[in-house]
Amino acid sequence: MSVEFKQTIKEICEACGNDRSLMMDVVIATQKRFGCVSNEAMDLIAENMNAHRVEVEGVVSFYSFLSPDPKGQVVIRLCNDVVDQMQGVQAVAEAFKKELGIDFGQTTPDGKITLEWTPCIGMCDQAPAALINDMVFTYLSTDKVREITDELKKHGDPEQIPIRYGDGNNAHDLVKSMVNNGLRKKGAVIFGQHEAEKGVKNALSMSAVEVIREVKNARLRGRGGAGFPTGMKWEFTRAADGDKKYILCNADEGEPGTFKDRVILTERADLLFEGMTIGGYAVGSDEGILYLRAEYAYLRAFLENVLKERRDRGLLGKNACGKDGFDFDIRIQMGAGAYICGEETALISSCEGLRGDPKNRPPFPAQKGYKECPTSVNNVETFCAVARILDKGAAWFSEVGSQGSPSTKLLSVSGDCTNPGVYEFPFGMRVDDLLKKVGAQDVQAVLIGGPSGQLIGSADFERTICYDDLATGGSVIVFNSKRNILEIVGQYMDFFVEESCGYCTPCRVGNVLLRNGIEKIIHGQGEKADLDYLQELGETVKLASRCGLGQTSPNPVLTSLKNFRAVYEAVLIEPTDGQQPSFDIKAALSVSEDLTGRKSEIYKD
Amino acid sequence: MSEKTITFTIDGVEVKGAPGQTILDAADAAGIYIPRLCHFKGLNPHGSCRVCTVIVNGRPQAACTQPIAEGTTVENDTEDIKKHRSNIVDMMFVEGNHFCMFCEKSGNCELQALAYRLGICAPKYPFQFPDCTLDASHPDIFIDRNRCILCGRCVQASKDLDGKCVFEFVGRGAEKKIAVNAEAKLSDTNVDVTDRAVNICPVGAILKKREGFKIPIGERMYDAQPIGSDIESDTKSIK
Repeated sequence: MSVEFKQTIKEICEACGNDRSLMMDVVIATQKRFGCVSNEAMDLIAENMNAHRVEVEGVVSFYSFLSPDPKGQVVIRLCNDVVDQMQGVQAVAEAFKKELGIDFGQTTPDGKITLEWTPCIGMCDQAPAALINDMVFTYLSTDKVREITDELKKHGDPEQIPIRYGDGNNAHDLVKSMVNNGLRKKGAVIFGQHEAEKGVKNALSMSAVEVIREVKNARLRGRGGAGFPTGMKWEFTRAADGDKKYILCNADEGEPGTFKDRVILTERADLLFEGMTIGGYAVGSDEGILYLRAEYAYLRAFLENVLKERRDRGLLGKNACGKDGFDFDIRIQMGAGAYICGEETALISSCEGLRGDPKNRPPFPAQKGYKECPTSVNNVETFCAVARILDKGAAWFSEVGSQGSPSTKLLSVSGDCTNPGVYEFPFGMRVDDLLKKVGAQDVQAVLIGGPSGQLIGSADFERTICYDDLATGGSVIVFNSKRNILEIVGQYMDFFVEESCGYCTPCRVGNVLLRNGIEKIIHGQGEKADLDYLQELGETVKLASRCGLGQTSPNPVLTSLKNFRAVYEAVLIEPTDGQQPSFDIKAALSVSEDLTGRKSEIYKD
Repeated sequence: MSEKTITFTIDGVEVKGAPGQTILDAADAAGIYIPRLCHFKGLNPHGSCRVCTVIVNGRPQAACTQPIAEGTTVENDTEDIKKHRSNIVDMMFVEGNHFCMFCEKSGNCELQALAYRLGICAPKYPFQFPDCTLDASHPDIFIDRNRCILCGRCVQASKDLDGKCVFEFVGRGAEKKIAVNAEAKLSDTNVDVTDRAVNICPVGAILKKREGFKIPIGERMYDAQPIGSDIESDTKSIK
């Protein structure tokens, strides 16, 4: 182990004050610097941070962007989400393999380029897409792959690959990304014209209790998908015992098909931070944390700069916004590739520098959250809504929308439609109206709320998008009649198998069994009893899992069994010879045939 | 300390407990057995195995982490819950490689005993046959990850009872497993055979060497009576 290596790790740890709770920053920095967090690095980090080596290993092995084994200086992560599959990612994948001469999961022999798959990176409206280190490459084609790999072979620097910048702040000096906002419909609330900082100014002229009352009057519910009343969450956090309180923003937008927070972070960052500041004031917090998913690292420098400018303008820091005694600041916590960290207690674990395991509830975060202190975790869009409520009032906010779901909702629409992108619509919109607006024809199925939501068929297209009917954190994915429902379900189950944290039994094991059960049916080995098997298994996972991931992960199976049963029944077979259809006697005998060197006399070809 | 008593029902039977008590602890005190695996008295509830799932006022909750509340209705021993419980236990059998007939823990194994109590004779889910490692590097202790059910008892006991950190989880999802605080081997850690962490495994994943079959089969803990019998006050018939 070289002296320099030791010194560099020491400096990385010191830059984080050797603070155990900043373990994520330490391992992310180490990964970035050395292309891995090696065994030696884990030992050194443990030593410097006063942690146990196996604890560091526990963290490193949890997040998919971290690795104990060396990766290339350039890591290409091609998104294998269902929508990317629909837009031809397989051809793109083959092109990468051919041009680089390696398979997925491998690194070029010169150690320069690693090729990997990754789940949804929040670019479904511009799929197929990939991350190359922190940079996003959209609308990939085999030609583009050739251009990219030629460039990388020349200079090995993704930042030197010529790209055309996207619209709005995507072209900002600190972003310089080819991502497009794809903002198709601006509503009055999130993307409407507004006077900057008016919401926070109004809020600070009120008492914290009045602010919370206004949010409650607006009947604002969490925009991440679960729909918990925001005002109530803040009230609990405010009322909880503890001198130190935290306000956390969940920007770990990971539900496949969701990309609306990406557009807010790009175009409405100030509004978001305004909302977080209001939240800090309301719950009595002096520290906010924005938890940003690793896939959106390309926005980090830009967001840090927005925060810096707000500090310079006195909107953050001591006596924030000119309010005496209100000291409030915000830091950004980077994630490292884990869908589960979008679950609020897992997000807290990750912010604490731990494995992204959800926590036992109770206590709820409002009582004991980040570092055991009362904490409110809210979605990006929720904070923006709060800023608008305090700007224009609860009555204005709830003018549109439906009874139980006032105001507007950002929807990120992708899949088989001519106008994928982000739409801000009032709650209560019928699915068939939405389909018309996004240019979807010949629709077989719509997935509302991502794979954790519901897969519905035309019989349900008159239903409405709102908390009381079809709830969604934003994801809407359209499938036309040519798509294979069973394969879609199988791919989403692959996603949940990959992303389950593994803490509790039903989610860790049950999702694997569900996925295998679907595959069996896809392979034409399913019989009628398999449908009952999947139904009961899915119900057990849903009922007994510890957090929202497992409580919803069987939904692709359960909702397709309910709404597309005929698709399943069409491929089932009747056992004829008394054997299970999935049992292949010749395959079962092949091992012993190979060992003995002779073929079965009974089961000949 | 507190004078206050909380009254609620488990399967229609009135149960009393103290504020802050979990459903599982209150049930134990009342002589009602709620099946469980990861839970261990003296450790913080882990809430991972989900075997103790009960229905509280219509909502599923883990009895080991859920505090009791006045007037609530808890369903425990219903056909529906028993079905889900045995599915979960079934999952544990197929995700590992559990060969009871060769296992030193047989008869003292909580997983095996619970399966018998729930009426599982053979798993209904397909075996996953994972590739697991065995660590016999330590002179007195060995780890067989084939049998680990990821209950976390050893992780917590090492930290909270032994003041060490010999064990920790690594990996995620189906790849999650128990690792030791060394680059590779248990013998490189500061584990001791007398550690609580070594003596707390509900299955045969952490075992002591040279103790194999000291107690003959037939005379072991669950050979005479089903698991949970010690908790149940009355002698109601156990299916």
